[in-house]
Amino acid sequence: MKKIKVIFLTVIPLLVIYISYLYLRTVNFAILNPKGQVASKEKDIILFAMMLSLFVLIPVFIMLVVFAIRYNEKNLKAKYSPNFDHSKIFESIWWGIPTILIIILSIVTWQSSHSLDPYKPISSSKAPLNIQVVSMNWKWLFIYPDSQVAAVNDLTIPINTPVNLEMTSDAPMNQLWIPQLAGQIMCMPGMVTHLNLIGNTAGTYRGVSSNISGKGFAGMTFNAHVVKDSEYKNWISHARKSPNVLNLKGYQELNVPSEYVPATYYSYASPDLFSYIYNKYMSPANDNMNVGMSY
Amino acid sequence: MDKSVDLVEKVEKSKTYLGFWIYIMTDCVLFASLFAVYAVLHHNTNGGPSGQSLFSMPYALAETLILLTSSFTSGLSMIAARNNHRSKVIFWLVVTFLLGSTFLYLELHEFNHLVQTGDSWRVSGFLSSYFTLVGTHGLHIFVGLLWMTILTLVVMKRGLTKGSVKGLTLLNIFWHFLDVIWIFIFSVVYLMGHVGL
Amino acid sequence: MYIFAGILGLLNIDAFKHDLIQYFGVAAMTLTAGFVVLALTYFKKWKWLFSEWLTSLDPKRIGVMYIAVAVLMLVKAGTDAGMMRLQQSISVGSNQGFLKPSHYQQVFSAHGTTMIFFAAMGLMFGLINIGVPLLIGSRDVAFPFLNSVSFWLFVAGMLLLNTSLAIGDFSGAGWLAYPPLSELQFSPSTGVDYWIWSLQIAGIGSLLSGINFIVTIIKNRTKGMSLMKMPMFVWSVFGSMTLVIFAFPILTVTITLLYLDRLLGMHFFTGAGGGNPMMYVNLIWAWGHPEVYILILPAFGIFSEIVATFSRKRLFGYTSMVWAIWAIVLLSFTVWLHHFFTMGSGADVNGFFGIMTMIIAIPTGVKIFNWLFTMFRGRIKFASPMIWFMGFIILFSIGGVAGVLLAVPPADFQLNNSLFLVAHFHSMIVSGVLFGYFAGLTYWFPKIYGFSLKDEIGKYAAYFWIVGFIVAFVPLYILGIMGATRRMNHYSSNLGFQSLFIVAGIGVLIIGAGLFIQVIQVASSIRDRKKLQDKTGDPWNGRTLEWSVSSPAPSYNFAILPVVKERDQFWNEKQNQSHKSHNKFKDFYMPKNSYLGLVIAFFAFSLGFAAVWHILWLFIFGLVGVIAVIIIRSLNENRELLVTFNDLSKADQLAIRNEQ
Repeated sequence: MKKIKVIFLTVIPLLVIYISYLYLRTVNFAILNPKGQVASKEKDIILFAMMLSLFVLIPVFIMLVVFAIRYNEKNLKAKYSPNFDHSKIFESIWWGIPTILIIILSIVTWQSSHSLDPYKPISSSKAPLNIQVVSMNWKWLFIYPDSQVAAVNDLTIPINTPVNLEMTSDAPMNQLWIPQLAGQIMCMPGMVTHLNLIGNTAGTYRGVSSNISGKGFAGMTFNAHVVKDSEYKNWISHARKSPNVLNLKGYQELNVPSEYVPATYYSYASPDLFSYIYNKYMSPANDNMNVGMSY
Repeated sequence: MDKSVDLVEKVEKSKTYLGFWIYIMTDCVLFASLFAVYAVLHHNTNGGPSGQSLFSMPYALAETLILLTSSFTSGLSMIAARNNHRSKVIFWLVVTFLLGSTFLYLELHEFNHLVQTGDSWRVSGFLSSYFTLVGTHGLHIFVGLLWMTILTLVVMKRGLTKGSVKGLTLLNIFWHFLDVIWIFIFSVVYLMGHVGL
Repeated sequence: MYIFAGILGLLNIDAFKHDLIQYFGVAAMTLTAGFVVLALTYFKKWKWLFSEWLTSLDPKRIGVMYIAVAVLMLVKAGTDAGMMRLQQSISVGSNQGFLKPSHYQQVFSAHGTTMIFFAAMGLMFGLINIGVPLLIGSRDVAFPFLNSVSFWLFVAGMLLLNTSLAIGDFSGAGWLAYPPLSELQFSPSTGVDYWIWSLQIAGIGSLLSGINFIVTIIKNRTKGMSLMKMPMFVWSVFGSMTLVIFAFPILTVTITLLYLDRLLGMHFFTGAGGGNPMMYVNLIWAWGHPEVYILILPAFGIFSEIVATFSRKRLFGYTSMVWAIWAIVLLSFTVWLHHFFTMGSGADVNGFFGIMTMIIAIPTGVKIFNWLFTMFRGRIKFASPMIWFMGFIILFSIGGVAGVLLAVPPADFQLNNSLFLVAHFHSMIVSGVLFGYFAGLTYWFPKIYGFSLKDEIGKYAAYFWIVGFIVAFVPLYILGIMGATRRMNHYSSNLGFQSLFIVAGIGVLIIGAGLFIQVIQVASSIRDRKKLQDKTGDPWNGRTLEWSVSSPAPSYNFAILPVVKERDQFWNEKQNQSHKSHNKFKDFYMPKNSYLGLVIAFFAFSLGFAAVWHILWLFIFGLVGVIAVIIIRSLNENRELLVTFNDLSKADQLAIRNEQ
């Protein structure tokens, strides 16, 4: 009976792990599969921290299993010391070693918080590309001030070029996330946040909002396309051919609640639009209801 | 005479005394949060008036002096309780009540004035936090006045018993606490606002 | 401006219109309540319920009532979880699932809110009420009436939250209701107001309990029990309640300000008008982070008692454990920003809070090692509480590692608000808080009821919970790393998420089975209670004072208050067969029952309901009522009952006669 129990407890978990492995080989672990330098460094930090923690995790598991088996009351051979309740050596070890590990990790934390600060421009020989981002209900607006075009739910950027995203929201708080390119940053009404990223491999990567902003929240997905310079120029000319114009009127037409919006392009985006959007939260509001939309 | 001093000292060793002090501490945290909100929002005037344009220093000073005096008279009622002088206790409680009510009236008058001239809490983050911080203090004063009324009646009816002396001691702590909070309000809201900080 | 409009405020017939699933939920709640009412009437137990339970100021009774409400809420919020898993298993590609987005959002908001405030806090306060007075050799808490008020405010908050299912709707802004989403503009219905007021009322109850238990621990310890002789559970409650008194006022302020924004058009957290939504995020987490430590510390304390008792060995590193508790208490106030590294506070600020967060891992780890070394060279009996403990160590450590990972800001940039985060905090709360309290329930059940629960069934419940948890949450860790964000009611089919969601759904079913087994355990043990009777009062061969009284413990706990000379005195006396020299019996006072707790809850509920629906007269009615009850109680000088020798239990009378 006991043998069956042991087989049950070891074989079945192993089987489960193996089947999971077979399935998981086929999926895209976005965070572990970075296509940009920022995401790549973030992945390194994640793996490092995980490895470091194993120094504590594995001894804990081993001790748990060994002590549970050895000091089980049914094991009459084990030593029983009912009053053994303190030891300076042991205490030093388990206050000391975790402290050392945490110190190491703290140094990494401090250093990486600075080097991977989303506000920090990425050093590169290429000139940075500025893009203004507005999270709306329930879609993403990308304004390219240098080319004066705009796109909804399509962030196309040239490969190996540092991109400086300047972000705000004309909706509740959202959070921009393109897992394979960079980590998340909040977009808030009346405030401007920054995210610096770079795409080092051509491809199409999924982007979402990761902070709930209302009932259309799940429909706020978009695609980030990292393309060669020539393709990027083609994309700009393609956008310039669009009949849509993003002046104030065009923006107000866009600013009605909608979800799962397909990629849309604007041949002209007013250079004042972005500052208009965040400034309207800062200037005197007549009433709560006046800003944004009604539904 | 010794009996009442005994009663007060017994209160101070009691669980209720400790519990009430801990409650006062939680109230401190509550006001600290409101002060923090005020600190963050007090420059957000949203195109409307700032503290400098709204606050009248003589008015605020008058409110402060009245409240401070009421704290003093409240202390006098406590001394009377220690000396077992029931009528003096009642007298000083009534005086404290009158001073406290005057304070509250002045505060409500100021609030009303602001609302009537269009500078209500709806105008800006600054005004929202001003009304709420000062108003929460005013609400506490109101509760204190209500407590004072009930306690005065109890002392009139039952005299200086264990229960009423306990109530008196706790009310005093509460009333002095509100005074301390007011000093912070006066300094942070009115004084600093007047100077434009 | 529609602050207070008319006799019914904002209430109209639309508030009663719901979709099919919500009607089903209302029906289920009504039927359960109706069944209870019918049973009480049929068995003519109303008077008994009223005098023995509802008006009782005995903390053991109050504790049991907390636990009963908490378990009901656990089932309700668990059903929410099941609905979420089902939705996410099928809502792929062209299929939008069976829940509309707005409904789905209410479901997960209700799930989180109910679990934290009513299931977890309820279990916690229940066990604290049962355990603390007994463990410190006291007859009651410091303020017995206040204790009752705390419980009944908890119930009023719970009722208000559940009313939102029947009348109106609930918040869809998550369990913490961030603005601007939770402001009137984006959440125009009364849902967020229900959230605000049920938390406000329950929160005041929690704050009062915090004060109550701190004074109890400081003032009610029996003679000779210095602080360093207290059982570890009491220390952990001391730490937790300290957190309560510092953190809950922040919650009170923050949600009041949100309500003022919504009711009076103020601009604390609005996007426009000079409001600052980031301020809300800071404030709510300044409360929210201590809150999770409030929940976990007593669970740690219970594990300390359990590991020592079942290893038949002294708790390892008592002093170290005490220091660890206070390190955790202090540090928990310095880490709140780690919940929003992504809000753009800058590298210095992010780095500081990241480091502080990691530092908290040290005392937590110390506790784990001390428990393990309590097992070392012990003689361990693997009753079901130890099974819960084993599950806890494994799952909590994994969750803790995930937490340390999340504490590094650049790592958090990728993992924040993903399902990895969701798996992390569920690892901590389920395997830490829930398993700890389940173990505590099994451990103290005989002391309350006089018979033990069937332990074999209990072990199976633990196995199901542990396996179910792994099956439900490992897929979520994986999904997080695959870039899946939380709170999605739908996702595209090419992402490979669906299979993992289905596995997670199966996990929830296994957990549900575990919960069902626990119900069977209780029912079956009640049926066979004569066979399971605890005749000695010490079914586990325990170490602490509660095992020195008979089971079930009499309402006054100790006929003669014990005198303590050392830690684990009861255990030592058993080992040394030393004679307990008692003082003589003296008459003592116990608090009389009071129905005013119930009355305050009635008025508090009215006030809350009125605040939600903007009904001015009802609000004033509730407010005046609460104040009136407080005044009436304060004028009552006849609150106690004298207990003489003849009022003692037969067992106690016998024991005293034998001693003398």
